[in-house]
Amino acid sequence: MQEILDQLFVLLKAWLVGFFPLPWQPLVSILISVAALILVFALLFAVATILERKGLGRIQNRYGPNRVGPCGFFQPIADGLKMLIKEDIVPSGADRVVHFLAPIALVAPVLLAFSVLPYGRNMAPIDLDAGIVVFFAVGAGTELAVFMAGWSSRNKYSLLGAMRAIAQMISYEVPLILSSVTVIMIVGSLRPIQIVEAQAGYQGWLPAWHVFTPWGLAGFLLFAIAATAESNRSPFDMPEGESEIVAGYFVEYSGFKFALFFMGEYFGMFAISGLAITLFLGGWHAPLPFLEKSIPSYVWFFVKLFGFIAMFIWLRGTLPRLRVDQLMNFAWKFVLPMTLLNILAAGLWRFLPAGATRWLVCLVILLGAFLALGRSMVARRKWSPRKYRFAE
Amino acid sequence: MLGEGIIKGMTETARNFFGSYIDSDRLVTVQYPEQRLPLKENTRNFPFLVHDGDDPEKGLRCVACKICEKECPPQCIFIVLERDEKGKPQKHPKVFDLDISVCMSCQICVEVCPFDAIKMDTEFELSHDDRFRGLLLDKKQLAKPNHYYHKIHPVEAAEVDERLAAEKAKAEAKAKAAAAPKPAAGPAAATAGKPAAPRQPVPA
Repeated sequence: MQEILDQLFVLLKAWLVGFFPLPWQPLVSILISVAALILVFALLFAVATILERKGLGRIQNRYGPNRVGPCGFFQPIADGLKMLIKEDIVPSGADRVVHFLAPIALVAPVLLAFSVLPYGRNMAPIDLDAGIVVFFAVGAGTELAVFMAGWSSRNKYSLLGAMRAIAQMISYEVPLILSSVTVIMIVGSLRPIQIVEAQAGYQGWLPAWHVFTPWGLAGFLLFAIAATAESNRSPFDMPEGESEIVAGYFVEYSGFKFALFFMGEYFGMFAISGLAITLFLGGWHAPLPFLEKSIPSYVWFFVKLFGFIAMFIWLRGTLPRLRVDQLMNFAWKFVLPMTLLNILAAGLWRFLPAGATRWLVCLVILLGAFLALGRSMVARRKWSPRKYRFAE
Repeated sequence: MLGEGIIKGMTETARNFFGSYIDSDRLVTVQYPEQRLPLKENTRNFPFLVHDGDDPEKGLRCVACKICEKECPPQCIFIVLERDEKGKPQKHPKVFDLDISVCMSCQICVEVCPFDAIKMDTEFELSHDDRFRGLLLDKKQLAKPNHYYHKIHPVEAAEVDERLAAEKAKAEAKAKAAAAPKPAAGPAAATAGKPAAPRQPVPA
């Protein structure tokens, strides 16, 4: 029974595909996967928006939306209808073609990125040997879409937002990839399914997830920081910067195109959270041994995903936006050296014999680096009247 | 250490988050249509006409003197004096229109009114789907009883009532005094005897 429940969607798909003649079956299989992905994540998007609005409200001691439906939980439907019936305005100076293509170019790569993640046992839409590379390759496509939007709008705010977005996303792309390199080094594979399989099993009560090793914990935290920046979420929401540049690169978008940008942002957040779950949090494996069999694997994936969403909302409710120089200093002077040292720690972990020594060595390297680099980040600059050397 | 401040901030927001479910005093939002805060004594919005007694037509304090109409800075008041068949003025407005889409709530009409006939209302749910006729209030819509005035501005209304009563008593005493020694001065005493008249310059 539990086996069937665990494989429910796999069997359902096989049953549906069985109705079609053999030559059509691969195509039908793909279409079913695509439809399921879009449906599930669109629903998750709706749920995430209402949870975010209510959560942020509670953080600020407000109610949040509570008028539409029970406890306001139909608010996303009202929002969606509003978006659909709003006028779609294109500025007269805009490049109409690029302006039209940008939201599509943002959502399409993110949907592609969904295709390589394993959502449960036997539940990866595509089993690619280089799945992680594909994920990062299509993920980098969103940067192009953002710049397309900012450039084609012919608006100084949107251009500023696009420039900020490019600077930020390229800066954080580096630590994002370098922090996931550690997992690839240890597992020895770029295949997401194999990475999840490598994290199966338990040491006593503790699951064999990568996050429970020193390099894994550091890698996970660095990945989470870079992922927040990559998905343009607060405190790294400079490209949007509502109080500074109105809405950044999508100022000139209204109606459903704006909704697409909004959706692309959330989809990006889900995709990168899914990758973090796959790399560090054991994918669809249960956190405790006795839960492994009783609760279906895909449930665990989505429980972890909701954990990530909650964390993103909590961070957004807490932290103010970074300044541009703080953002760049943090990326290049702290996150990047930390990821490089983390690669060293992961290498040592791989070749030192199992036991307390490799824990100690890795912890010393990482904690030392954290304290040393952290000191330079929090050190207060001494401000004094400026001295002019030449213009006296 | 790096990250200390972030942890401190996140505990604070977590305390807010869970606290708002436990302690309802944290949620200060007033759920407006169902839940309303009492209005302050000095709240004012748009003018209304006070009438004594139950009949809004007869009890209207307004005598159509048109002072408010002249003083009104945005000129939102329109008054037509009532006349009888012979064309004699009746000390009563035939038409009293007030356009609240023009009114700026300055209260000058209230300040200049010698009869305490026009006062500021606190009603604010006045939105209407007809932007012209819907916001142009006529005499019937503007007339509200004195006890309503007492309800919305209790202190001010009590003062007004006291003053009106004192003026009425003074005018009656004066009329009595004027009537006793010189019964010949009939017309002047007759006009001065009316309750609303005393602030007008009494002909010597």
